[in-house]
Amino acid sequence: MKLLSVEGLTKRFGGLVAVNKVDFSIESGSITAVIGPNGAGKTTLFNLISGSMKPDEGKIELDGRDITGWPPYNVARAGIGRTFQTTALFEELPVWVNLVIGYRMRTKSGLWDAVFSTPRARREKKETTERIMEVLSFTGLAEYFNHTAGALPQEAQKRLAIAVALMGRPKLVLLDEPTGGVGLEETDRIIELIGKIRESGVTVCVIEHKMRMIMNLADSIVALNFGVKIADGSPREVCEDPAVIEAYLGESIA
Amino acid sequence: MSFFFKQIVIGIQLGSQYVLVALGLTLIFGILDISHFAHGHMYMIGAYLLYILMVLGGVNYWLALIICMAALAVAGVIVERVIYRPLQGSPSINSFIAAIGMILFLEALVRGIQPTSLNVPKPIDRTVTFLGITMEVQRLIVIAGAIIFIVLLQLFIKRTRLGTAIEAMAQDREGAALVGISVSRMSALTFAVATALAAAAAVLMAPVAYIAPEMGSVLVLKAFVIVVLGGLGSIKGAIFGGYLLGILEALAIAYISSAYKDVFAFGVLIIILAIRPTGLFGGREA
Amino acid sequence: MKKYGKPAALFVILAIAIALPLLLNMSRRGKFQIQVFTIAMIWAIATLSLNLILGYTGQACLAHGAFFGIGAYAFAICVERVGINFWPSILIACLVTATLGFLVGLPSLRTKGPYFAIVTLCFNVIVYNVFENWTWLSGGIKGQTVTIPSYLGERWVRYYLVLACLVLVLIIERQIVKSLLGSSLIAIRSNENLTEAVGISSFRNKLLSFTVSCFLVGLAGALFAMEKGSVDTTVTNYLYSFYILIYLLIGGVATLAGPVVGAIGIFYLLERIQSLKEFRFLIFGLILVVVIIYLPMGVVGGIKQFWEWAKDKWGKPAEAPE
Repeated sequence: MKLLSVEGLTKRFGGLVAVNKVDFSIESGSITAVIGPNGAGKTTLFNLISGSMKPDEGKIELDGRDITGWPPYNVARAGIGRTFQTTALFEELPVWVNLVIGYRMRTKSGLWDAVFSTPRARREKKETTERIMEVLSFTGLAEYFNHTAGALPQEAQKRLAIAVALMGRPKLVLLDEPTGGVGLEETDRIIELIGKIRESGVTVCVIEHKMRMIMNLADSIVALNFGVKIADGSPREVCEDPAVIEAYLGESIA
Repeated sequence: MSFFFKQIVIGIQLGSQYVLVALGLTLIFGILDISHFAHGHMYMIGAYLLYILMVLGGVNYWLALIICMAALAVAGVIVERVIYRPLQGSPSINSFIAAIGMILFLEALVRGIQPTSLNVPKPIDRTVTFLGITMEVQRLIVIAGAIIFIVLLQLFIKRTRLGTAIEAMAQDREGAALVGISVSRMSALTFAVATALAAAAAVLMAPVAYIAPEMGSVLVLKAFVIVVLGGLGSIKGAIFGGYLLGILEALAIAYISSAYKDVFAFGVLIIILAIRPTGLFGGREA
Repeated sequence: MKKYGKPAALFVILAIAIALPLLLNMSRRGKFQIQVFTIAMIWAIATLSLNLILGYTGQACLAHGAFFGIGAYAFAICVERVGINFWPSILIACLVTATLGFLVGLPSLRTKGPYFAIVTLCFNVIVYNVFENWTWLSGGIKGQTVTIPSYLGERWVRYYLVLACLVLVLIIERQIVKSLLGSSLIAIRSNENLTEAVGISSFRNKLLSFTVSCFLVGLAGALFAMEKGSVDTTVTNYLYSFYILIYLLIGGVATLAGPVVGAIGIFYLLERIQSLKEFRFLIFGLILVVVIIYLPMGVVGGIKQFWEWAKDKWGKPAEAPE
C-alpha cells in the first residue's frame, strides 16, 4: 500500500533547479533509502515533503491525502516525523522535556486546562509521561532522562532526535543522514534502531551516504543526481544501474 | 507650485540626514547582524561634540566636522569592542538590550549636564533664491554634504581593498572569513565608518535644527524602518529609503499635519512588515 | 520545568509582604512608602506579563508600555465616563487590552527577532502619539481622573488588593509554565523551526501567549490608574516598554521570581535615589550593560546557575520530575 507518493515535484532557487520533476512512492512498512552525491537535492526533497519548503510544481500525497504546500506543523500532525542533517534538538532543555514537546501535538490541553489543572490536563500529562517511557526504552535513552539535550554525546543526540520524531506516533519518519559524523559501532546501533522502527509498523525513509549500510537495510532505493531521479528500485537493481554507477564514479559502492 | 517644490527640497534635506544614519545602520545590521539601537545616540553625541568645539572652543565649523567624524569613528570602535564583542555568541536580543543600556546611559549623562536644548550657529548664515524658492544655505549644505559622503562611501567600498572586504562580508560572512578577511578588524572598521557617517549627519543638521538629548531616539527608529524596508545590508536600499521617507515626511508635514509625522513612518513600516515579514527588498532574512 | 524555590522561603516572603503595610502605617513617611510598594508590585505584574512572551516564547516585545496605558485608560473611562462599577471595569480593561493585543499580534507576530521588537516599538510610539492628539479620548494633559469606591480609600487596602492580584498572576503564570501549553511556549523559544517540525504551530502559540500577556499588563494598567487616582498620556509612554524589559532582564527571564525581584528591586531603588535625578538612569544604563554581558540570565537566573553549579559540585544526583 502506498503511504507516500510524490509526483512531478519541482523546486527552483533562482536559476538552479534543486529538485526536478521527481516521482516516486513509498510503500507502507518499508525502509526506503534516498541516495545521491552531495547537492543532488536529497535534503531539499525532504524539506518539500515535510513542508518547510513549498514546491514550485508537483504533488505530494500521504495516505491518499494531498498534503502539497501544507505548513510543516500540519504535515507533522498528519503523521510525518523527521530529523535534520544538522541534529536539531531543544538543546538547553532536558531530554524528557524534548520528548514532552515531541508529543505535544497529540494533546489538546490549552490555556483553560493549564490554568485550572483540569482532569484533561492531568490525563494528558500522564499519557505524555507514559509515551515518554515507551520511547525512551525503545531508543535506549533511559539513562539520559534528565540530562541536558545539548550535553549528550553525538550519537545519543542523533538517537534523541529520532526519539522526538517518534513521540507523535508518526506513520512515516524522514531521517536525514541519521549516522552522519558517527563512528562504526554507533552506526550499527542506529541501524538496529531503524530496523526496530520498521518492525513497530512505522515507515522509514532515510537519506544516507553509507552504501554498505543501505544495501542491507533498505527495501528500496531512490537515487537522485542534480535534482533528477536517476534510478528507483531494489538495492540490487539500483546498484547495477549504469546511471547510478556513473554518478558515483570514483566512489566505491560494494 | 513653488511651495510644493520647496517641500521637496526640504524633504531631500530631511532625507539626507536619514540616509547618512541609515547607511551606517544597514552596514552594521547587515554585516554584523547587530541591532545597534544606540546609533541614534552616537549621532546625538556628535551634535553635542560639535557644540563644544564650535561654541565653547571657537573651532571653525568645517574643521569641527572633521574632528567630530574622527572622534566618533573612534567612539564607534570602542563601543564595538567593549560592548558588542563580548556578546558575540549570545542571542541577538542581548545586543539589543546592551544598546538600550547605552542609550539610557548616554541620554542621562547629557541630560544631567545640559537638559535644555542648544543651538549652533550656521557657518554660512544666508539664504539663497533659486527656481522660485528661497532657502537657507545650510539646508543646501546638508544636501550637498550627504551626497559627497555617499559618493565617498561608494568609492571606498568599490575601489579600496578594505571596502571590497566589507562588501564581501556583507554578502557572506563565513566565506569572507574563510578567505582570510579578519572579521574582527572588519567589525571595527564597519563601526568606525558607520559612526563617522552619523557624526557627519549630526554636524550637517545641527545648525538647521536644535540640539537636544532626545534627538537620537526617534531618528534611530526611523533609520531602522528604512533599513528594514530597504533590505539589511543594502546600501542602495538605505539611500532610496532615506530620501523617500524624507520627502514623504516633508510633504505630510506641509499638507496634512505635523502632529502625526512620526506616526506616519511607523505606520508604513508596520503595514509593510505585516505583508512581507522580511522587508521590501528581502536581502537578509532576519 | 523550572523549580520555584522552597515552600518555606515563599511562606516567609508572603508573611513579610502581608505584614509590611501594617508596620509602615505607623509613621507618616511609612504611609507614603506603602504607595511605593504598591506601585512596585504593579510593575511586577507588568513584568510578569512580559515574561510570558519574552521569557517563554522568546519574542522581545516593546509595546507593553502602550498596553499598560490602554489598560489604564480603559479602566478610567469605564469607571468615570461610562459609569460602570469598579470591579467589572477592571475586568473590562483587561479584556479590552487583550483584544487589542490579539489584533496587534495578528500581523506583527509574523515577524521575528529584532523586526518584531521594532514593530512593537513603533506601535507603542503610534499609540503614544494618538493619545497625545486625541484629547477627546485621553483628556489631554489634564488627563482623566478616577473615582474609586470608598472602601478602597485607604492606601493599605489598595496595597492588599494589588498584592492579591500579584499572587494571582504568579499562580496563573506558574500554571501555564508547568503545563503542556507551557512546553509549546518554551519549545518556540528554544528552536522555532524544530517546534514546527513536531506539529506545533508557533504562530498560534505566540499569538495566544501575546494575548494573555496583554490581558495581564492591562490588569497592571488598570490597577495603576486605581492607585494614582488619575491617568494622563504619559501612561502610554514607550519608555515604559523599556523599563519593563529591563526589570525583566535584570531580574531574570523565564523564571517566576525574576520579574518580581527585578521590578520591585529596581523600582524601589530608583525611588530611593530620586535625589540623583537624571543620573539615576545613568547608573541604570550602566547596570543594564554590565548585567547583560556578564549575567545574561539576570540576577535570579545567575543565582539559579550558581545553585545548580553548587549542587553539581557537592552533590545530590539529578532528581526525576514530579
